[in-house]
Amino acid sequence: MGVKLLLEKANVPGIRTYDVYRREGGYAAAEKALKEMSIEAIVEEVKKSGLRGRGGAGFPAGMKWSFIAKPEGVPRHLVCNADESEPGTFKDRYLMEFLPHLLIEGLLISSYALGSNDTYIYIRGEYAWVATILEDAIVEATKNGWLGKNILGTGFDCMVHVHRGAGAYICGEETALIESLEGKRGNPRIKPPFPAIQGLWMRPTVVNNVETLAAVVPIIKMGGEEYAKIGVGRSTGTKLISACGNINKPGVYEIDMTISVEDFIYSDEYCGGIAGGKKLKACIPGGSSVPILPANLLLKTAKGETRYMNYESLSDGGFATGSMMGSGGFIILDEDQCIVKNTLTLARFYRHESCGQCSPCREGTGWMEKILQKIELGKGESSDIDLLWDIQRKIEGNTICPLGDAAAWPVAAAIRHFRDEFEWHINNRELSQTSNFGLQHYADPIHVPA
Amino acid sequence: MSLQFNNEQMTEFKSLVARYPEGKQKSALLPVLHLAQDSFGGWLPTEAMDYVASLLEIEPIEVYEVATFYSMYNLKPVGKFVFEVCQTGPCMISGSENIIAYIQKQLDIKPGETTKDGMFTLKLVECLGACGYAPMMQVGKIYREHLTKEKVDAIIAEYRMQVVALN
Ligand SMILES: Cc1cc2nc3c(=O)[nH]c(=O)nc-3n(C[C@H](O)[C@H](O)[C@H](O)COP(=O)(O)O)c2cc1C
Ligand code: SF4
Ligand code: FES
Repeated sequence: MGVKLLLEKANVPGIRTYDVYRREGGYAAAEKALKEMSIEAIVEEVKKSGLRGRGGAGFPAGMKWSFIAKPEGVPRHLVCNADESEPGTFKDRYLMEFLPHLLIEGLLISSYALGSNDTYIYIRGEYAWVATILEDAIVEATKNGWLGKNILGTGFDCMVHVHRGAGAYICGEETALIESLEGKRGNPRIKPPFPAIQGLWMRPTVVNNVETLAAVVPIIKMGGEEYAKIGVGRSTGTKLISACGNINKPGVYEIDMTISVEDFIYSDEYCGGIAGGKKLKACIPGGSSVPILPANLLLKTAKGETRYMNYESLSDGGFATGSMMGSGGFIILDEDQCIVKNTLTLARFYRHESCGQCSPCREGTGWMEKILQKIELGKGESSDIDLLWDIQRKIEGNTICPLGDAAAWPVAAAIRHFRDEFEWHINNRELSQTSNFGLQHYADPIHVPA
Repeated sequence: MSLQFNNEQMTEFKSLVARYPEGKQKSALLPVLHLAQDSFGGWLPTEAMDYVASLLEIEPIEVYEVATFYSMYNLKPVGKFVFEVCQTGPCMISGSENIIAYIQKQLDIKPGETTKDGMFTLKLVECLGACGYAPMMQVGKIYREHLTKEKVDAIIAEYRMQVVALN
């Protein structure tokens, strides 16, 4: 069993309620932070912990906190990003659904450190029942003196508010999220100014992911240095991985980032191997936006070294032969899956979710979907692959927000590693929808279950 | 104006607006539109949007541009039960296409359509954050996960029963 810092108590009956959470040692970290530590000391512990943002970009949380502007007389805000809409990602939902008080405790400590008296949880609209769970937990926490006025007699006031979105992936991008929280369309803002200077209502704002803010609780409890000893290199602490696709045990797992990808997929403690005894074909290891990897590059790096489930190892080789940790959405494709079709559904997703502000993203995502559709329907021409490549290159780096890149990368990686499969579709038009290219060429070495 | 929140809905409206600072009541627009949609039959006619604009003291256009941007707001009437089936990659590789085809067959409607009796609408949607529990769909405020043909039949029967019980 690996170390568990976040989900350790997830299976304790009734842990969702305040009484049980408190009895199990909950809110002790908040008590320690508010009563015994200075604001600077809290930020320092988070810095020492090496905690990196768990929303996708992996930016060091302590450093982000230290950037927040503190102009006299202007309120500051902490916003918790619970938009969780990146395909393959469902870890924040698990955390909020089963351990709502862990998040609230993390929000309290973080709000105290940042000086946020009104903290918002922006939760995707579809998680309606999770919003209710959070609201109930807020009521309980307020009743017991952990939220509200003059918390623990420190003079610090803090209220946490839940704000439901309404169906838009782009609102996970932090400036789009802020626009949406202001009651507008989710159009990302041009940066600078960064939210730390002018964010929500033009006030200094920090946006952090659910898991990032929950991790502040164990960091305060054990100290930043101890936290940093777990994991490896700059991948400190534990990470939640939501595993899905063609595996025996889809679900949310907490890992310390020293486990190999192979063990994560095949051990019974985690994914439990490929479903139906099939072979592993490919994996998107960090949410739909990150590059897909064929089995051989997933389990070993291009240098032939074991690949591990951490930030550095997953990105080893850059985009040429590596991928990214991203949001921790781990999608496994077995031998029966079609790469063209899978890429098509993702292209459709990004076309649907583009906010439409920049033409490379708005037009490019539509074009990519159309061309992929054409190839999938058995109408592709050999020039289409180069055209797709050309379009994705013209999107990447030419847009206001990273959604453009997020749409370009999956297409680029699919062509990079599975070009022969695209060609097969084009050369075998009549088979394109009914058959499958299978595991030829690139699937060696493949882990064959004993 | 005929569309109006009742007392209970008005109390809810006020508590939503109270979550934001003085003068920032526009921030409550998304939650208030959810409330309006739930209160006025599952969709947002222009009249409902105008009503929300007047309550929040903003221009109607500010409401229209938001209501058209977000996928959860229905701008046309929908059935009593909306089956929003996820079709994105992870669900697709876990068999969502078969489920979508099966629902179409059982309800005799295509995506975007509503059954003649006004009971069911089928909508295809993108990833709902339930990829590990695929195939899945959202119906109202809840998720129905690990769908199979048998489960779809049972769900349809369950909602039909609910309506019979209400009448
Ligand atoms: C298109 C897009 C979607 C995003 N969606 C999410 C999301 O759903 N949840 C999240 O925490 N971060 C998301 N992010 C990242 C946020 O912009 C931001 O980096 C993050 O919330 C910061 O928190 P962290 O540093 O704790 O990770 C998204 C970014 C982009 C460009
Ligand atoms: S890249 Fe796409 S989603 Fe981002 S601002 Fe431009 S059009 Fe909108
Ligand atoms: S892909 Fe269907 S819920 Fe995520």
